[in-house]
Amino acid sequence: MKCATIPASSPPILERRVNKLLEISGLEVGYGGIHAVKGIDFHIGQGELVALIGSNGAGKTTTLKALAGLIAPVGGQIDYDGRVLNAVPAHQRVSMGIALVPEGRGVFARLTVAENLLMGAYSRRDHAAIDDDLARMYALFPRLVERRDQLAGTLSGGEQQMLAMARALMSRPRLLMLDEPSMGLAPLMVKKIFETIREVAAQGMSILLVEQNARLALQVSSRSYVMEGGSITLSGASADLLGSDAVQRAYLGG
Amino acid sequence: MEIFFQQIINGLVQGSVYALVALGYTMVYGILGLINFAHGEVVMVGAMLALSALTALIGWGVPPLLALPVSLLLAMAGCMLLGFGIERIAYRPLRHAPRLAPLITAIGVSIVLQNLAMMIWGREYHAFPQLINNQSHHVGGAIINDIQIVIIITALGLMAGLMAIVHRTSLGCAMRAVAENQHAAQLMGVDVNRVISVTFMLGSALAAIAGLMVSANYGLAHYYMGFLLGLKAFTAAVLGGIGNLRGAMLGGLLLGLIESLGAGYIGDLTGGFLGSQYQDVFAFFVLIAVLVFRPSGLLGERLAERA
Repeated sequence: MKCATIPASSPPILERRVNKLLEISGLEVGYGGIHAVKGIDFHIGQGELVALIGSNGAGKTTTLKALAGLIAPVGGQIDYDGRVLNAVPAHQRVSMGIALVPEGRGVFARLTVAENLLMGAYSRRDHAAIDDDLARMYALFPRLVERRDQLAGTLSGGEQQMLAMARALMSRPRLLMLDEPSMGLAPLMVKKIFETIREVAAQGMSILLVEQNARLALQVSSRSYVMEGGSITLSGASADLLGSDAVQRAYLGG
Repeated sequence: MEIFFQQIINGLVQGSVYALVALGYTMVYGILGLINFAHGEVVMVGAMLALSALTALIGWGVPPLLALPVSLLLAMAGCMLLGFGIERIAYRPLRHAPRLAPLITAIGVSIVLQNLAMMIWGREYHAFPQLINNQSHHVGGAIINDIQIVIIITALGLMAGLMAIVHRTSLGCAMRAVAENQHAAQLMGVDVNRVISVTFMLGSALAAIAGLMVSANYGLAHYYMGFLLGLKAFTAAVLGGIGNLRGAMLGGLLLGLIESLGAGYIGDLTGGFLGSQYQDVFAFFVLIAVLVFRPSGLLGERLAERA
């Protein structure tokens, strides 16, 4: 992934008083007797790009699934925009502005590209605005225009990742969560995807980015949390973490 | 040659009914990976409800051409409610249970429905009231009557309508999305349980119509009629490729034709040793042949999906 050179983001303004869009306290998630997330606390401010990094099996994906409502937490609380989310079913969270691009992308292989995008807007009723957003997505990812009537299963991995992101954006989320967007992609494609993430973030969307590629994640985000064995072990400004010895040794191979 | 044409017509009529019922099997299988073995009984309940409503309405002096659509709508509503209930009670609690469990409850539901129908409507055959002067028409030496024409046209219309729902509406898009990946569909804001309920209700509405068609065509309905019909429609769905809508339609029509041509010629083929009463054997011969030689069915997908 050395080719994916994305310049470091502007220095985070730590003292900025941000409204917390999402606040998680003591979140515990487990399935089948395994405690994958052991009581974590973190928050995401309005318009912030926050990264959650850590090695395989640290509980990052499980955390995202709990936030999206795919798994019910066994303890703790998820506060989003002044509401407790714990008992809200997954499909209702979408219309509240939460979108997850899942690990492995989860595009509908037997639906066309255009149908996949329209599924992203399933919870919306403002049909005129949906058409505008569709045009905006095609402008953001021109590759998808050529393939709009193709079945999504025929797309390359990178194209599927673009489609999955565009589809999530079609719901007009306020909080976009991305699970391993770089996974399995060629360096050029990773670059393109991360450029898009920065673009979307610049428009003021709050983003929670889960990445195994820690360097990339730290470069693009303003704040980060490091997860290990189901707990958050480190947190801080991404620029600081990028320079910290502990992070260097454990996640940046240096 | 006349026999041939006649058997083609009979096959198309029978096949239309199989196709409508097969669609119910295949839609549920496509979404839940479950064989709803109670679906044949829903057809029977549809026929019984329609027949009871029709008899009552005509008894009250309602003109037949008004009584028929009203009874059909009542039967459809009843069956949709039944389909909804079956899913809620027998399948939803077992959504994450081993696959054998819902199969057993399906058989249980089917036995319960048969017995309930027997208690309500009795063991005897019920005659379908004579509504219209069912005229016969001669086409190239073969005979087709009004009811049969209505059955074929209605079935084709319903199939076209269902395809339009599945491929042209956002509900249909959601159905296909749920069929492919329930978690991802939830992430799009799709209420998966609602889509599953709607799928059961759509299939049950088609089953009610099929039930009325069968009883109108044969002039009879009875509590046990759903068993064999359901099994054959299931065969049709497997023949076309279970989970595939076009496959269910093709399989239904083909099975009707195979059965009817088989029945028409079996006497000649065996030198009079076997007669047309062996008609049912063809359906199950087809089922076995498909399972042996092409388990994915005619239009079934054999390609593995990409991750």
